[in-house]
Amino acid sequence: MVFDLRCRLRQQGVLGINQRNADFVLRYNARRLYPLVDDKLKTKQLAIEAGMAVPELYGVIETQHQIRDLPKIVGERTDFVIKPAHGSGGDGIMVITGRRKNRYRRVNGLLIDEDELEHHISNTINGQYSLGGVPDRAMIEYRVQFDPLFEAISYLGVPDIRVIVFQGYPVMSMVRLPTRQSDGKANLHQGAIGVGIDIARGETLRGVWGNEIISEHPDTLHPISGVAIPNWPLILELAAGCYEMTGLGYIGVDIVLDRDLGPLILELNARPGLNIQIANAIGIHHRLKLVERDGDPRAPVAQRIAFAVGHFETAKPEMAGEHAASSRPEVAGAQPEQPHAPG
Amino acid sequence: MNRRHLYGLVLALIAIAAGMFLYKWQVLGFPLRPGADTNAWTIEASVSFRAGPGSVRVNLHIPSLTPGYTLLDENFVSRGYGLNTSYVPGGRSAQWAVRRVSGEQTLYYRAVVYEDRSSIDADTTPPFPPEPVLEEPYATALRELVAEVREHSADIETFTAELLKQLNDPSPDQYIDLFLNQVRTPTERAQVATTLLAGARIPARVAHGIYLEDKQRRAGVIPLLEVHNGDEWLYFDPVTGAEGLPDDFLIWWRGSEPLARIEGGGQADVQLAVQHNVIDAMLVAEQRADQRQSRLVEFSLFGLPIQTQSVYSVLLMIPIGAFVMLLMRNVIGISTFGTFMPVLVALAFRETQLIGGIVLFTLIVTLGLMVRFYLEQLRLLLVPRLTSVLIVVVLLMVGVSVFSHRLGLETGLSVALFPMVILAMVIERMSIVWEERGAAEAIKEGLGSLLVAAVAYLVMDIDTLENLVFVYPELLLIVLAGSLLLGRYNGYRLLELIRFRALSKTIG
Repeated sequence: MVFDLRCRLRQQGVLGINQRNADFVLRYNARRLYPLVDDKLKTKQLAIEAGMAVPELYGVIETQHQIRDLPKIVGERTDFVIKPAHGSGGDGIMVITGRRKNRYRRVNGLLIDEDELEHHISNTINGQYSLGGVPDRAMIEYRVQFDPLFEAISYLGVPDIRVIVFQGYPVMSMVRLPTRQSDGKANLHQGAIGVGIDIARGETLRGVWGNEIISEHPDTLHPISGVAIPNWPLILELAAGCYEMTGLGYIGVDIVLDRDLGPLILELNARPGLNIQIANAIGIHHRLKLVERDGDPRAPVAQRIAFAVGHFETAKPEMAGEHAASSRPEVAGAQPEQPHAPG
Repeated sequence: MNRRHLYGLVLALIAIAAGMFLYKWQVLGFPLRPGADTNAWTIEASVSFRAGPGSVRVNLHIPSLTPGYTLLDENFVSRGYGLNTSYVPGGRSAQWAVRRVSGEQTLYYRAVVYEDRSSIDADTTPPFPPEPVLEEPYATALRELVAEVREHSADIETFTAELLKQLNDPSPDQYIDLFLNQVRTPTERAQVATTLLAGARIPARVAHGIYLEDKQRRAGVIPLLEVHNGDEWLYFDPVTGAEGLPDDFLIWWRGSEPLARIEGGGQADVQLAVQHNVIDAMLVAEQRADQRQSRLVEFSLFGLPIQTQSVYSVLLMIPIGAFVMLLMRNVIGISTFGTFMPVLVALAFRETQLIGGIVLFTLIVTLGLMVRFYLEQLRLLLVPRLTSVLIVVVLLMVGVSVFSHRLGLETGLSVALFPMVILAMVIERMSIVWEERGAAEAIKEGLGSLLVAAVAYLVMDIDTLENLVFVYPELLLIVLAGSLLLGRYNGYRLLELIRFRALSKTIG
């Protein structure tokens, strides 16, 4: 039975962790390029140099005594985000949405005082959220004002769009919608919803929430299928451009949609997770093979996008609304992968 | 190219490991199982005689070529005598000599031999013997006899068998009768057979030996006819004509000379006493390697002091545990805290036993987590906090030991073997996962670590395996080859099959 399942998954082109690591990450991602994406500060600088849109960096805290400079860095701004430069899986990110004297309001409505905020930054620079506990830096940056489109289908946090880019070709995409259960975080294994996006049309497919296939947001009850992502061509262009920017052959590009600024590159990941296959209800391996065979990594961005749009159309999910909700085919739970890979 | 290189390396590693393993196992006889014993016999030859007033010389044949057995050890007890051993045509001989001695004398020679199927008659091929020069009517009889036996045989083996049949015929023909005229003992009968065989230009000799049976005070020396067929020595019982070297038969010396020869003494009596005992197979192997001048044992772990040896017998199991961990993570897909933490915890389980170890581990991690959550409220910096957790872990271990000792539970005492730094890191990691990803995730990873540790422990606890790896450390090369191969394993992990189960049905 196990063997049978294995054969069918192979046939469907489902990529496993071992194969992702052996045949794609190890082969297409040169080790010396990792720091470019593992260090979000470097990624940001790189993106700015390449002329790509990123959330504005307000400041960096590197040492214990710099923490006192936080008010100076933040200035008069009332909302900002603190994140570890080497964080993974969304760990250690603190989103501040308001300020009142010495107290800060977190995105979930809780108020924390300056002391707590400083403790958080201190933990960050001491390496609590970085791999192996190596000393880290805390970045203070612009908080994305998310697009009204997503207001109806996300709870508290910022939904982000993940595009897997292989040799410069966007091959698969999904959007991760925070829920009440995920506490506003966009991590699938914490309870966020993964919704596949058709590369060709930029339209959402179906959603996967834990073990269920859903078509409505569990908190807002708005339909999540068939939503057209605005600025989709621009998103593909940004994502595809990350290949030239970093030189990494197999990456996950995380993009957010800002109300005023449009698509912004949030971070890159050299070991992107595999749950995107569940959200799209399709294996990624066949697409990767196609790019490996027919794709020219030196082709210009526009040509690569045209190739992706031409080849990677995902069939619209057959089951609509009520049918899907009632039948609820089982989709296995999202699991944490390597310590590196965010969900 | 890359892949071929890897496979080449893997094959080379396996070939080296298998080669060394087979050599040590088959040739040097290293044991496969712990405490394997080898059958060994102690044979004591005592030569007693009444010495005259003058000088005395005693020659005693001692074993040299002993097919089926190998000499492990030998010693001589002979106070006041000069001792000399030398190779003589009949094998090996010990020569005792003293200038002036009188009265009852007893000299001892003691040999320890062990069963060794690989020991064969590694003798040189003998030349064809000259035809015996005999007087009439013997010469004619010999000619006739040889011609007749040759008629009824095909080769040396059947020739000898036929000859012995005729020699032992209850109503022998006239030629045989002529030769058997003076023959009384089986030994003499064997001598006659060698003469007759020499008449057919077949190399033959008489070997003398004893049956190795336990607790023999006076083992009887039995002759055996050895015939060379050009490739190897064949053995025949001169009385029954049965072919083949009997089991439990130790050849002591060869030739027509008596076992012992004494000059200057009388009333000689030679006794061979046999005692069976078992000795450690490892001892035998070491001895054998020594005899073959193989450096393998000298440079093996057995050359180390005993205390270091016991450390290594544990250390050598770590690769096995790590390999189990590798399988659990990359083939099955269980997530754990830290890469090698489960292996170290499994090592600690060796002292605490499985159930006790799991209870203690859970207890300490739970208590540690509670302290860690409390410390979180104090907003400590990372490194001081880690140090504090470590100190608390050590104190907890002390507490568990003292408390369980009061209760009379011995397992609690072995808690000190838990790798405390690792435990502190587990607690820290677990509390972060707990906060960031939720309790379910943290507990799942904790249980995964515990499961991997338990399985690794169960594998590392297999005595046979531990002994095998200690005696044959080269087997770890095979583990290394397996790890290298798994380094290129790109199949699904078992748990991924469940995770992606739904995708198998979407289209097909």
